[in-house]
Amino acid sequence: MAQPRSNAFNNIIAQFDEPWKRYAAFAVIVALLLIAPISLGPYATVILTNALLYVVLALGLNVVVGYAGLLDLGYAAFFAVGAYTVGILTHTFGLDFWLTLPFAVGAAMIAGVIIGTPTLRLRSDYLAIVTLGFGEIVRFSARNMEITGGASGISGIQQPWLFGWHINTPFEFYYVFVVLAIIAVIVSVRLQHSRLGRAWLYVRHDEDAAEAMGIDTVRVKLAAYVIGAIFGSISGAFFAVNLGAISPESFSFQQSVLILMAVILGGMGKIPGVILGAFIVVLAPELLRDLGEYRLLLFAVGLLLIMLFRPSGIWPVRGK
Amino acid sequence: MTIGVRWGNLCMSVFDIFLQQLVNGLVLGSFYALVALGYTMIYGVVKLLNFAHGDVYMVGGFVGFLVLSVVAPMVGPGWTGVAVSMVVAMIAVGCLGVVIQRVAYQPMLNAPRLSILITALAVSLVLQNGVLTLTHGQYQPMGADLGFGGVNLGLLFISYNQMILVGTAAALMIALELFVSRTQYGRAMRAISIDKDMCRLMGINVTAVIAVTFFIGSALAAAAGTMAGAYYGSVWYFMGFLIGIKAFTAAVIGGIGSIPGAMLGGLILGLLESFGTQIPGIGSEWKDVFSFAVLILVLVLKPTGLLGKSEQERM
Amino acid sequence: MSMTLPLLELRGVNLSFAGNTVLDNVDFSVGRDVIVSLIGPNGAGKTSLFNCITGFYKPQSGSIKVDGHELMGLKPHKVTQAGIARTFQNVRLFQQMTVLENVMSGSHCRSRAGAISAILGLPSQRREEAAIRAHAIECLEFVGIADEMDRDATNLAYGHQRRVEIARALATRPKLLLLDEPAAGLNAGEKQDLLNLIGRIRDELAISVLLIEHDTGMVMKISERISVLDHGVIIAEGAPKEIQANPKVIEAYLGQDDGEDLL
Repeated sequence: MAQPRSNAFNNIIAQFDEPWKRYAAFAVIVALLLIAPISLGPYATVILTNALLYVVLALGLNVVVGYAGLLDLGYAAFFAVGAYTVGILTHTFGLDFWLTLPFAVGAAMIAGVIIGTPTLRLRSDYLAIVTLGFGEIVRFSARNMEITGGASGISGIQQPWLFGWHINTPFEFYYVFVVLAIIAVIVSVRLQHSRLGRAWLYVRHDEDAAEAMGIDTVRVKLAAYVIGAIFGSISGAFFAVNLGAISPESFSFQQSVLILMAVILGGMGKIPGVILGAFIVVLAPELLRDLGEYRLLLFAVGLLLIMLFRPSGIWPVRGK
Repeated sequence: MTIGVRWGNLCMSVFDIFLQQLVNGLVLGSFYALVALGYTMIYGVVKLLNFAHGDVYMVGGFVGFLVLSVVAPMVGPGWTGVAVSMVVAMIAVGCLGVVIQRVAYQPMLNAPRLSILITALAVSLVLQNGVLTLTHGQYQPMGADLGFGGVNLGLLFISYNQMILVGTAAALMIALELFVSRTQYGRAMRAISIDKDMCRLMGINVTAVIAVTFFIGSALAAAAGTMAGAYYGSVWYFMGFLIGIKAFTAAVIGGIGSIPGAMLGGLILGLLESFGTQIPGIGSEWKDVFSFAVLILVLVLKPTGLLGKSEQERM
Repeated sequence: MSMTLPLLELRGVNLSFAGNTVLDNVDFSVGRDVIVSLIGPNGAGKTSLFNCITGFYKPQSGSIKVDGHELMGLKPHKVTQAGIARTFQNVRLFQQMTVLENVMSGSHCRSRAGAISAILGLPSQRREEAAIRAHAIECLEFVGIADEMDRDATNLAYGHQRRVEIARALATRPKLLLLDEPAAGLNAGEKQDLLNLIGRIRDELAISVLLIEHDTGMVMKISERISVLDHGVIIAEGAPKEIQANPKVIEAYLGQDDGEDLL
């Protein structure tokens, strides 16, 4: 396992082993992101905004799947909780968007604790199916309830003001998502190199040994699940105000699977890999327009091949 | 007097609904049980939650659909045609199950649990989207003509179709029970679910038994898929998703790994669902939510199920 | 805290799996600053006893106390927090992690920084991280493999992997260390090093050691007390000399192929 491979990609990655080079690379990427809309035009900007949304979602799911090793098949539920909380509170109750954000986070945390507490002590495959069930319950409920607008959802969600600046064009939203993605990356890096981040890896590699080291595995897993939920909910909140309209079908099982694919294709637990995965999932269908219906099949086959031949994902494993 | 009559009518109609839901529940439960058996058998020998199982059922429905469109001109679109389609679908999809096991699961035998689960999910997505691509996501009308005859038992009408369906499911389950209890392979299957390494040491061909298990589990799902297509009138690429989760729920209710448990769990879930939707406030649009809620409750309250063995996990 | 109280005390511990008795009314204790060994034929229930003490198995009845605190019914991490650390019979290091990261796991239960302080990078969190790291290095120096701290733990030589496991257990700051066959798979030289290490754990760190070991020569050399478990029953308890002369023990071992080991 984890044999260093000698290919061109690896050699390039190896150039960034020193911290200052990594910071430099990060700065270059951020600079490119900032000037991208100017050179690429409005259509590409909307696509890139979507890719950045998936970066945040995938980094959130990465905490659950990549770090803590819990298979969550209903992650879109938290995306939905955030979107609907903001949708309902701004549209139906007329609250200001920024005021609704804490409610969105709170709702996701509560949902995470309610679902996580009883199920995180179960076997990992049971957890997968429970999360799937939870995802479907949330979607069905959104479709069947009045307050969520039923099958047609909620439209006319107000776009937010920030210190007198009305965020309402696709370009402005693009920059909002750049900021969100940068925050998500920083939070992920800090968590990964913390006491909690290491605990997730211990639990993922050997739950019994982690318990023997005095780690409350259920609590640590719950922390991962709830933090993932918060990422998802915040993504959903901004998704709702960006589009101005939400409907249950944006939060289907396929959505959860797509986010999961972003995490696994690039490489679970590796932040650059997950970002790469998110861009692949969003950009590949755009670049390969002719594929049409084959898109999902291609992803599915790709996922299977990755699991069989390179389970660590596209992003290279760092050799020791 | 009139009040008495009305009261009597009301009782009659409540009783009527009760019996009708009982029959509906049995039909639904038969489908769940057949699919749940595959989950439980495969889980027993390889300790793998085969996420792709619902899609194997779906592929079974499609193979049945294709075969029926070929044989219907020869033997007619009635139950004979469906029976032929079902048998062909069982054999073809049984083989598909073995191929899936060999190609996708065999190499992952010693991989971390998370990788195995994701691989199973990937297989499910390949099957689902493969059929989606081939059929452009359209419903395919099955074209079976099963007639509307039945037996009127006073309050209750049972169609011949419902009887044939439940009867076929029961026959398949009895055959399975005989296979497991009377044949060498069946006994080996049970032995492997208890201690795989010990079986290897005792000279049991574990690989062959695993293949047989995947074959039978997938074939039973294919039987259910073909019958569901014929009974409900059409097949489509996503038909395995919900029943996959529900059959898993049934397997868990009965106790995963237990064959009688899967049958029992299937019937219980079928009945729960058909009666559950009669409770005021839980309309049919909440039917699926109801099943998921049952699943979560069972997993949380009694993860070993009704007939599953609870034992201290050994390290 | 009374010093006459034994550090670890088991009373009437019963454990069975599916009707098969594994431990039968076991009474057992470990004092302070001592090395105690638990021996017995294969399948006698030694590792099961460890698993009961550390909370991995739930005995049907009995009492397990450390420093007078009841451990029965506690989850393993609570037992570790109460001061009992363990190693595993088949080394269980965290794969794809460095030696240092492995040992840092032991400090988890003695530190507290959560998600928010990590995300904000608070000074208290940074200080704690530095302390966790320093303590892990200290533990690695104690077991003598600090120079390998940045290597992938599972790439180490087997003997060194065993030391990582001991360092990891020490990092939890235990009062009592449970070692499950620490000498298995080691050569003569490595066994001698291990003997010295176990002695130093007691002498320099004032940690009691409870040892399951098959190498009876080593057990006789190092232990102050020995308990013998056979078919889930403690059949003898005493100093090494007494155990060697105990006819019940000899009989239990003669039933086995390696019976002559003891004599």
